[in-house]
Amino acid sequence: MAKNVVEVAAAVAEAVKLCEPKIIPVYPITPQTHVSETLAKMLADGEFDGEMIKVESEQSAMAACIGAQATGVRAYTATSSQGIALMHEILYIAAGMRLPIVMTVVNRSLSAPLSIWNDQQDSFSQRDTGWIQIHVEDGQEAFDTQIQAFRIAEETNLPVMICLDGFVLSHVFEPVRFLTKEQVKKFLPDYKPEVSLNPSKPVSMGTLGTPEYYIQFRKQLQDAIKKSKETITKVNREFASAFGRSYGNGLIETVNMKGKKSALITIGSVAGTARELIEKESIGLIKVKSLRPFPGEELAKACEGLESVGVLEKDISLGGNGALYDEVKAALYNLEKRPNVSGFIAGIGGRDISLNDMEMVIKKIKSGKEGTEWVL
Amino acid sequence: MIEIRFHGRGGQGAVTAAALLAKAAGYDNKFSQGFPAFGVERRGAPVKAFTRIYDQPITIRSQVYKPDYIVILDPSLAGLPEVKEGLKPESVIVINAKEVNPGFEQKTHFYDATSLALKILGRDIVNTAMLGVFAKATKLVSMESVQRAIDDTFGGKVGELNKDLVKQAYDETKGDE
Repeated sequence: MAKNVVEVAAAVAEAVKLCEPKIIPVYPITPQTHVSETLAKMLADGEFDGEMIKVESEQSAMAACIGAQATGVRAYTATSSQGIALMHEILYIAAGMRLPIVMTVVNRSLSAPLSIWNDQQDSFSQRDTGWIQIHVEDGQEAFDTQIQAFRIAEETNLPVMICLDGFVLSHVFEPVRFLTKEQVKKFLPDYKPEVSLNPSKPVSMGTLGTPEYYIQFRKQLQDAIKKSKETITKVNREFASAFGRSYGNGLIETVNMKGKKSALITIGSVAGTARELIEKESIGLIKVKSLRPFPGEELAKACEGLESVGVLEKDISLGGNGALYDEVKAALYNLEKRPNVSGFIAGIGGRDISLNDMEMVIKKIKSGKEGTEWVL
Repeated sequence: MIEIRFHGRGGQGAVTAAALLAKAAGYDNKFSQGFPAFGVERRGAPVKAFTRIYDQPITIRSQVYKPDYIVILDPSLAGLPEVKEGLKPESVIVINAKEVNPGFEQKTHFYDATSLALKILGRDIVNTAMLGVFAKATKLVSMESVQRAIDDTFGGKVGELNKDLVKQAYDETKGDE
């Protein structure tokens, strides 16, 4: 059977199209990606019924998403790099108003120095905004997870960002199996919000939170994100039973762990490069799929009995460590027998992570070293 | 796993060639990956792109460092160190050139794709012609699948012209026996 080889960004656009968002506000120039470009073409060709609003900035794009979603329709946008940085202020508002907006983030580094290339500093730095943040490894996972995102968002009343590595994943042509419109319609019910803006039944949304109430809203939001783990795992299960594909438990994926003393923990497309070596090097692989909610308990359980783990990430919390490294360490603190934890900052600003780099990292993890180092 | 590296100049279509080859391999029911060496490309500047072909799913995400094949779209690039980088004794060179380009110890297939592209397209865009040469010389991908990938990507008159181009380049190339 012939394989459907497409650019991953176009596969993401196809997935979005199948979910039929009504409003797609985008800032139409760089750092925009082929995801929005492909959607613009699909809309112009009448492939689905929606409207693209070309706004003057990413901050406006997210503001328009909020307005649109509040009227009771699906709103979607895509961005990258400086674009998501500019959205930062509005991301909190989308989450605080519990609007299930879905966004694709094509991960690219932040200026300065100016860079167009891949790392994950852009979405990692938004991890406190109240958005569910899910990372994918390959084109098929990007397509499938993009569809799941709408279910997860609408069942939890939380906004969801799906993150895929810029260029090294977004611009790659590779085989992706599409679903049909009918299949997606069955999996993703029509969006029916409990509350929406309607002139005949007025409500206020996103009003003042005085000190008596604000903290309670924040607690509710935190509880909702923690609880969204159940929805994410459920949607992953139901997707598997409908279409035969799943990604770990939806939060983390463990590979080659049986009888291993060490594991590499990573996130995003670089997990694929690790897969090339894990059997030969006799090391386990733990892929973090959901950064928010953070699967701390699941990670701790996966690391039980290990002597050493290493966290490889394309992110640096400047002045601290890699953010994933810190969170993994915290998650493992309560284990009776804690493994040694090493951290590796790699692939920043599009630096290629070669098999040689990966081999070196795996050797260091197996040696049981601790602390963080940069792969330069 | 077969790893192929394309060398061209910005505007010659090296990136599209890598994608077309990945698509064609997919039509042959192989697993494949096609992607550029991401840069801020300018017209005329050296450009690299990569294709991987395998009979199992491909998970690796790094660039190609030790190519099994290189395809050179512009003969003036042949002398660059980055073109020779990582070549193995058994690597195979497929080059757009009027005659065998000196400097490669490896097996070399050459074809004057520029003349043919100028004749058929009226422009010096040789990426599709070189895919025809590559398909015939290496047998890694079928001619039918390359044509299907071209149809799928270009369509219309441009698609038809490129299919003529790739067919003629294919027919005029001597394959390995």
